[in-house]
Amino acid sequence: MSILVAICMVLGAFFGFVAALGVNRMPDFYMRMHAATKAGAFGAGLMLLAAALHFGSVRATVTAVGIIVLFYLTTPVAAQTISEVAYRKGVKLWPKSGRNQLAEDEEPSGDR
Amino acid sequence: MIAFAISSVLLLAGLGLALRRVIVGPTPFDRVVALDLIGGLCLCLIVMFSIFFDQGVLLDSAFAISLVSFLGTVAFARYLGRGETK
Repeated sequence: MSILVAICMVLGAFFGFVAALGVNRMPDFYMRMHAATKAGAFGAGLMLLAAALHFGSVRATVTAVGIIVLFYLTTPVAAQTISEVAYRKGVKLWPKSGRNQLAEDEEPSGDR
Repeated sequence: MIAFAISSVLLLAGLGLALRRVIVGPTPFDRVVALDLIGGLCLCLIVMFSIFFDQGVLLDSAFAISLVSFLGTVAFARYLGRGETK
């Protein structure tokens, strides 16, 4: 096993762990969602990169790159959908969050 | 071999932490996000097994998991968002 595969694998697992840690430690639903989607997608991408480097065949590389592209296309969509629904349903922001730009944008029209 | 041990411990600790958030999550949205993260961590675990056992076919199951995880999260969002807002 090459050293590059080992480094990518350990880094991918580390970022997955960081995502889970953020999901536990962040004070607010939106920050938890941010930690889970960003670090989780990065960890999965590194792990799949390790698989592509390990196998080296065309089939495994195409599969791994396909999963990476799919993951990076779908994860932001899922995160945006769930956070917009949470906001519309009235999930509160952390009180120390600096500003709420979505509320500021919607305030003048007032038709929501 | 030590890399597999470190990765396994990190991924299992991450799964435990995400499961804690699924159990104690104050809102259903926290639970959905934590379940999405559990799907991603399971994908990492399967890819690690695929490298460990040198079986390239296990990557196809990772593909299926990434598809189902996305559809599950969006379906949960639509389900939780029904009815009146605010």
